Amino acid sequence: MDYGTLRGAFALLILALFIIIVVWSYSKKRKSAFDDAANSIFEEDDVKTNVSNQNVESKQAGDKN
Amino acid sequence: MSQSNTSTVDYNMNVVRQFTVMTVIWGFVGTLIGVLIAAQLIWPALNFETPWLTYSRLRPLHTNAVIFAFGTSALFATSYYVVQRTCKVALFGGKLVPFTFWGWQAVIILAIITLPMGYTSSKEYAELEWPIDILIAVVWVSYATVFFGTVVKRTTSHIYVANWFFGGFILTVAVLHIGNSMVIPVSMMKSYSIYSGAIDAMMQWWYGHNAVGFLLTAGFLGMMYYFVPKQAERPVYSYRLSIVHFWALVSLYIWAGPHHLHYTALPDWAQSVGMVMSIVLFLPSWGGMINGIMTLSGAWHKLRHDPILRFLIVSLSFYGMSTFEGPMMAIKSVNALSHYTDWTIGHVHSGALGWVAMVSIGAMYHLIPVLFNQGRMYSIRLINIHFWMHTTGIVLYIVAMWISGVMQGLMWRAVNADGTLTYSFVESLTASYPFYFIRFVGGVLVVAGFGLMIFNMIKTIYAPDNSLKKIEMA
Repeated sequence: MDYGTLRGAFALLILALFIIIVVWSYSKKRKSAFDDAANSIFEEDDVKTNVSNQNVESKQAGDKN
Repeated sequence: MSQSNTSTVDYNMNVVRQFTVMTVIWGFVGTLIGVLIAAQLIWPALNFETPWLTYSRLRPLHTNAVIFAFGTSALFATSYYVVQRTCKVALFGGKLVPFTFWGWQAVIILAIITLPMGYTSSKEYAELEWPIDILIAVVWVSYATVFFGTVVKRTTSHIYVANWFFGGFILTVAVLHIGNSMVIPVSMMKSYSIYSGAIDAMMQWWYGHNAVGFLLTAGFLGMMYYFVPKQAERPVYSYRLSIVHFWALVSLYIWAGPHHLHYTALPDWAQSVGMVMSIVLFLPSWGGMINGIMTLSGAWHKLRHDPILRFLIVSLSFYGMSTFEGPMMAIKSVNALSHYTDWTIGHVHSGALGWVAMVSIGAMYHLIPVLFNQGRMYSIRLINIHFWMHTTGIVLYIVAMWISGVMQGLMWRAVNADGTLTYSFVESLTASYPFYFIRFVGGVLVVAGFGLMIFNMIKTIYAPDNSLKKIEMA
């Protein structure tokens, strides 16, 4: 295989990888896991030095949609 | 209160505090130097006939100060904060953590000393000489160790998307910095690149454009994916899009460098690759921007009351604007008009002041009260004033540079019927003076805004703990 063909094959490989990533991330099976991940930033522990101003955030964690 | 929460992790917030405070201070210093050199372009006497204060030495000091002192300190602060909060563990690395702070500040101080003295490798955004480059590499590898070490020891199963962007940025910047800084030292403060001719130029812009792509884009996108949802108090619009966004962005950016070298000795095919890849890059850029802005979908009213959220969301609209402008300027025929003119400077500042600075400022206003035991910043009104000063400053700056840049491009290419140039260079310079003044006024507004931010930060830090209560928005 010459260099040009190799590069063409590599481009196709990258394209295939990209399509796999899109299909994987948009598959129905993954939806709830990704929703959890998106909401995970609202389920944090308090910073030890900081206790009073987190009540809004922890309240928020409860009413996500 | 949730003080009873027994699972509280003993996070390392000290280093986050240090980097946060330095971000605000370096933001002020870096833009102040920018205003000084903008003023020098109008009143050249402002170099006071002193070599250390000449434009050619202060300009790299300005770019290094805003990119590596302000921007990178903001990235250190936010990545250390986000990786701990989302992985639910304290930072890995022990003594390496304070080393990254003091090491990075030492790099900045060395830049402030050596650049005005005239020590430079003459590579744009990589001017620092080889001993400092080695220190940067050591600090950066420590940073990577701390960051990835923390990700490895996380107690959560999923790695939140912001950490992917931060990780991509840390890894790529290490490769770029080490690759581009390969030199043969000839003395303590002088070295020569191991690359020659067009290859050296290509290496430089492979580095240069990916410093934009990974440091100034991917890193700040990591910031965006945490602080925009957090400040809006709703999850990101589409987590799936964020995954596609990440892989598309990191796989495309790396090819865009040659658009800095259109119509040079670089082979034509490489120029064309750079142009095509830059145009394709429009897609992931806008995908990410839409993902960020749409996070507010259904909660647009929050923008009316919350100037911090406004900083974050307007930063995304500037991001969208400059990532539309960038691909357009990478087209060879457009580049023929725009290259070497003030249009480029305008484009860079719509990205740097609009996107990078505004998303950082928003993140800092979110972080400062959290880090210093307060419910909010000392004055929300001052944040609002800062927002309008910063926004007005940017608009004045970029509009002035657009007009000046297109005018310069047209004047330089104008030819008479007999083939001679219509205008001399000096004529185009004279025509730019009014726009240089407008740019200067815009810059003064930005610096004054940073001044307000420092005041607001100091008042917040020195207020008694928990004395500033969060205001509930209806």
